[in-house]
Amino acid sequence: MMRPPLSRPTLVGLGLLAVALVLIPLSDLEVIATDPWSEVLRFGAGLLAPSFPAGAELTTTLAYTIGIAILGVVVAGCIGFVLSAAFFARSIRVICAVLRSVHELFWALIFLQFFGPSPLTGLLAIAVPYAAIFAKLFAEIAEETASPSAQVIPRSVDWVSRYLYVRLPDLWPHFKIYALYRLECGLRSSAILGFVGLPTLGYHLESAFLEGSYPEVSGLLILFYLLIASVRHWARPATIPLLCLAGLFLLPWNAYPFDMGNVLRFFAEDIVPSPLRDSGLSLSAALLRLWEWLGDLWSLQILPGAVSTIQVTMLALALTGILSLVLFPAISPLLINRSGRFLGNAGLIILRSTPEYLLAFMLLQFWGPSMLPAVVALALHNGAIIGHLVGRHTGQFAMRPDTPRRRLDRYFYEVLPRAYPQLLAYLFYRWEVIMRETAVFGMLGVATLGFYIDNAFSELRLDRAMLLIAVTAALNIGIDYLSRRVRAYARVGVTADTAA
Amino acid sequence: MIETGEVADRPVIRLEDRSIGYGEDRPILSGLNLEIFPGEKIAIIGESGAGKSTLLNHIYNDSQNHAVLIPQLLGLADNLSVFHNVYMGLLDTQPFLSNLRNLVQPARPQVAAVRALLEELELEDKIFQRPTQLSGGQRQRVAIGRALYRGADVLIADEPCSALDERQAERMLSLLVASCKTCIMALHDVAAACRYVDRVIGLKDGKVEFDAPPGDLSDRDLAALYRTVTPA
Repeated sequence: MMRPPLSRPTLVGLGLLAVALVLIPLSDLEVIATDPWSEVLRFGAGLLAPSFPAGAELTTTLAYTIGIAILGVVVAGCIGFVLSAAFFARSIRVICAVLRSVHELFWALIFLQFFGPSPLTGLLAIAVPYAAIFAKLFAEIAEETASPSAQVIPRSVDWVSRYLYVRLPDLWPHFKIYALYRLECGLRSSAILGFVGLPTLGYHLESAFLEGSYPEVSGLLILFYLLIASVRHWARPATIPLLCLAGLFLLPWNAYPFDMGNVLRFFAEDIVPSPLRDSGLSLSAALLRLWEWLGDLWSLQILPGAVSTIQVTMLALALTGILSLVLFPAISPLLINRSGRFLGNAGLIILRSTPEYLLAFMLLQFWGPSMLPAVVALALHNGAIIGHLVGRHTGQFAMRPDTPRRRLDRYFYEVLPRAYPQLLAYLFYRWEVIMRETAVFGMLGVATLGFYIDNAFSELRLDRAMLLIAVTAALNIGIDYLSRRVRAYARVGVTADTAA
Repeated sequence: MIETGEVADRPVIRLEDRSIGYGEDRPILSGLNLEIFPGEKIAIIGESGAGKSTLLNHIYNDSQNHAVLIPQLLGLADNLSVFHNVYMGLLDTQPFLSNLRNLVQPARPQVAAVRALLEELELEDKIFQRPTQLSGGQRQRVAIGRALYRGADVLIADEPCSALDERQAERMLSLLVASCKTCIMALHDVAAACRYVDRVIGLKDGKVEFDAPPGDLSDRDLAALYRTVTPA
């Protein structure tokens, strides 16, 4: 034997690469636009000459974007906190897994049926999946955080005091850091909700982009980055209650009439599979029709949608891994000097603050609809996130004083072997996130499950839409399970605090 | 038997009234005067905290190009094989592409060279295992292997035999002094040290307490180095 046996993490990485190489010839990765680069150049020119929206429009856009994000995240945080205490119950874990597996844009499409483009739709679209995410993360943090004082306080102390004096002081700092990170995600989500008609930043971004007025796009993007970059300064324990109150009073909650009849009809009629609605049929005839309905849906929408969703997901996962390997040195103190790290950090911050949905939307306008823009957008965004986490982590490696001087040698022999297991853990942790986004990219025209879901909603076939969403959720839960199995096989892991 | 080696005129290391440590006010070592000539085999002894590691790291940083270091924490890459950890000693003398190739698929001549060295270290059967699968003493010998593979003029070793049994420790010491022209080693086993070196430097509280050939050292010199508790 002339070589060391391959380690499990290496085998997993090579396996992923092999899957991607098999998929490439089977996938539609064409650039359809005839002249893709001239539009990119126009966009670049527009970026350099930003124009900002006027006062009133600016205020409403920001109020909507921030208001929906803050209220959504705060409501989700409170519900998630309560749910996390019951996370030991299997039923709660299952419910949370289901709520989490549906993307906030799909939730928005559902709530639009009840409330129209009201701020309430945006709030719920964020609060529902985020509450489930909070519940899981809070529960994981609680599991990993030890409270040494638990042993020494008297046994007879009631559980509320016990929690407040013993547990909460140890957990609170972790909860706070995670909640702030979630608020950043909430802002991105809230901006993206503009793509389904809520008047947030994304709404204006989409229309400016489709009109080709790139200076306006540039102005909105700059606003967006400023908003994300400054979260830490304006979202503080003291200001959050004020911001919530402002949101409650300023946003037009009653602008769209709410009709209880709509909601009842949604559950009693709209989402019932259409063959079952005809009461004139006998039971056996109805079941036969239902069988045909399911069969058609399976072969024409579910199967092709699921296959291309998985295809894009796997290609994006592989490219994300490759990009993370290339990007993390850009901020690693072991591999690059201070000024290089400054540039690296700036680049990674821009890439990871740009929502992948927005990146995909822009690339699709440039290159035309194929899987390529989706794969590239997912890889850029997620590669930057993982690159940031891993690069920061390499700062903790203790290097011997006689570490190789040539940077490439140091990368391959000293840094990569130590960083790779962690990188793989982050990568597979994001597998399920990547799949959820992939599905939703269908709304942009890539033929993933979201494409069929969007069509079903616009044709008002809500029965079909709900079934497709359920399939997407099931696929997501399946990938989440698979990801856990892969991480267990490779024996790699990350702590809850840094994972998301 | 100690080979004295020819002592050339130019020292390989020269420290003049040097203070080393955290800034001006908290030196770990102060007022240091030290000249080390090519071919000298030196043991540095003293209590833990006396400043041995600080001195060795300082000497290494002063003489990077022709020195090789065995750090106390070994600095092994735990996710790479023993072969790679030893091969790493010569990374900078090889073209980058050849390093990359050896990372993915070790080449025959390199494997042969590393295997020959590992035979001397009694580790040849571990060549493609990871350091995490090895015992403390075996890990230490991997770090010794990396230094010997590099084969520099000056060896700087911080307790290279601390995890080895007596037989192995003696073997490694004789291997190190035979393979490297100039040796500067922090050692805790004073008796063994005296058999393999021609100069002993005793450190106490950040100062050189004595600097003499082992033959000139009395038990009192050594006792003064360690805070021995005298029975009442």
